[in-house]
Amino acid sequence: MSDLDTFRAEARAWLEENCPAEMRTPAKGDEDVCWGGRNFVFQSEAQKLWLERCVAKGYTVPDWPKAYGGAGLSPQETKILRQEMAKLGCRSPLNSFGIWMLGPALLKFGTEEQKVHYMGQIARGEIRWCQGYSEPGSGSDLVSMQTFGEDKGDHWVVNGQKIWTSYADKADWIFCLVRTDKTNKYQGISFLLFDMETPGVSTKPIKLISGNSPFCETFFDNVVVPKHQIVGEINRGWDVAKYLLGHEREMISGMGGDGGVTSIGAAMKATLSQEPVLRAQMALFDVDNLTFRAHGERFMDEWKTGKAHPAYSNLMKYVGTELNKKRNELVMSIGGSQALEWESERANGGSKARNWLRTKANSIEGGTSEVMLNVVSKRILEMPGG
Amino acid sequence: MAMTLNDDQNMLRDTARDFMAREAPVTHFRKFRDMGCKDGFSQGLWKQFAEIGFTGILIPEADGGMGMGQIEAGIVLEEIGRNLSPSPFLTTSVAAVEALKLADKAMRDRWFPGILAGETVIGIAIEEGVKHRPEKIACVAQRSGNGFKLTGQKQFVVQGTSSDMLIVAARTAGAVGETDGLTLFAVDKDAAGLSMEAARLVDSAMAAHVKLEGVQVNADAVIGDVDGGWAVLSKMLDAGRVGAAAEMVGVGTGAMDMTFEYLKTRKQFDRVIGEFQALQHRAAHLYGEMEGARSIVLKAQSLMDEGHAKAEIYVAAAKAKAGLACNLSVREGVQMHGGIGMTDEYDIGLYMKRDRSLNEFFGDAYYHADRVATMNGY
Repeated sequence: MSDLDTFRAEARAWLEENCPAEMRTPAKGDEDVCWGGRNFVFQSEAQKLWLERCVAKGYTVPDWPKAYGGAGLSPQETKILRQEMAKLGCRSPLNSFGIWMLGPALLKFGTEEQKVHYMGQIARGEIRWCQGYSEPGSGSDLVSMQTFGEDKGDHWVVNGQKIWTSYADKADWIFCLVRTDKTNKYQGISFLLFDMETPGVSTKPIKLISGNSPFCETFFDNVVVPKHQIVGEINRGWDVAKYLLGHEREMISGMGGDGGVTSIGAAMKATLSQEPVLRAQMALFDVDNLTFRAHGERFMDEWKTGKAHPAYSNLMKYVGTELNKKRNELVMSIGGSQALEWESERANGGSKARNWLRTKANSIEGGTSEVMLNVVSKRILEMPGG
Repeated sequence: MAMTLNDDQNMLRDTARDFMAREAPVTHFRKFRDMGCKDGFSQGLWKQFAEIGFTGILIPEADGGMGMGQIEAGIVLEEIGRNLSPSPFLTTSVAAVEALKLADKAMRDRWFPGILAGETVIGIAIEEGVKHRPEKIACVAQRSGNGFKLTGQKQFVVQGTSSDMLIVAARTAGAVGETDGLTLFAVDKDAAGLSMEAARLVDSAMAAHVKLEGVQVNADAVIGDVDGGWAVLSKMLDAGRVGAAAEMVGVGTGAMDMTFEYLKTRKQFDRVIGEFQALQHRAAHLYGEMEGARSIVLKAQSLMDEGHAKAEIYVAAAKAKAGLACNLSVREGVQMHGGIGMTDEYDIGLYMKRDRSLNEFFGDAYYHADRVATMNGY
């Protein structure tokens, strides 16, 4: 048996031994997802136990170094662990913007002290993070942002406003882009970390067309941020932000679906068998869905071995989000009038309609599809022009 | 396995890329097209394929071949596609070899040496209508003497009149529409009662309409089991499908690269047209589609090589996706080239013609999307 085969057998045995039965059933909704943090309320003993066991094993962040709370697994081992988790139907023990976004940026740009402290907290699910990037006047043109940190010697005093801050009302800390030099557009931004309970920070949820409020407006009124809470160098936060956006795009592209290749068509056979044109659309969607799974797998294998183009995650973000929108359009069409019901129990509180509307943001948040196509065109295809 | 090529596969790709670009670039295709070549490919090039080891890439080592898999065959096919190199590689070295691998030793010994030497061409006689419907095979093989007597007709037999042998699917039992009761036969090109009419296709390849009027074959002409031909046929078709998909990745990528190059050099309104966002977005979208196609083709090839149970659905999806993406690439290619894209002098139109043929070969994107739906349970 090769080392990887041995690892697979061990990982499987560990999962079978340690993943509670309740955590091997599909999550029904966002309330079943463990986001961690200071104020998180576990939905069950099993959810808590599963997190604790994974934390002890380093499996909330299996590919992070052991010193920072991970299990130090290689890319191949991480892939095997995820495959075995998928086979057993294990839920993710911990979801977090810290794992997907901040952690990788800290690993690349943070000091040793920051890595041990913040990455450790993230790995253990102790701190829930939000991201302060967009501003009311700075959407696709993010670098035009105005939130300003005035230099006060050993700290900055931050004033300004962010928007589309995911779960800001539930987050403990924020990683935030703050302008620290008004004379230099790109090299005048710093990447700061601070507690959402710092005096002067306030949030206001934004009600969306789905009826839900996953995003907030976040206001900073003379917020004091100590200088040691910067990641990377002063005025070089744009480098950190770009790196992190790459990871965000990777994450959003992962939303292309349920993480598997299971077709949604089978469950809707009764309708599809009566609607040949809709069935044909579903069939073509399934071709694209299988394609996206294979594409994602190939991208990850190339990314982890350094063979992928640095801008490739922009392409995956574009493809994955457009695919997810298509999926939800089909779900609505197949669901017919029942999918239109907004509140009833029989329509699960309008979940289809709400999910469908939520997905419309996929191709806007984290860089619009149009911006993604610009980046792919210029950086990968090397098309001319400014 | 990882979805990246290993060192050996990268070396093979470099070899195939150099070879096709040097020995069989688009100018080679034009030369044979313009002389009205009755084979639609160069016999000399086929021999060169043999010398470099390509013709036996899927033939087991025990039978004198390279013993490689669909990934490796696909690497060669992608370069064939990129250069529009005409050859019997897809029909003979991929589809036919996969069928013959399931034949008895005498049959393998009869045909593999000629394939290895680049002297034998094998035609695949499956289609009976204008669309791919292998389960609807109506050609009949009745027991007769020491063997069978074949009666029926076949269409779209690529390189049929250049072939030394045809693999013919015929019904030995069951009704039209059933997958049981089919049998595959190796039929010699000179068999009495066999006649062919050659037809040149839009991409200048040759295909034959075949008539079988009581063609007598011996029992040892059966490939695999009598009445159990579906297993052999499926293996052969899937190899041909994933191979055609790999070739379309090459055709689509070749057309795409040519188009992107054109966008970077053609000037209108005092600007390089690649500066226009309307074209940039279409270019980036096309790139994404081709990358997706490349990925699912690799996935399907690796599942086939592993003998994985999911290979069938991935092959269907790969043939569909590669067909859709390659088709988009050649359509965008001609459109973005503008007027010169319509001329015979420029190569982009040749890619469009080749795409059309490959899309139709062993089932188009709609046929395979339908299979994906069926296999997914709806």
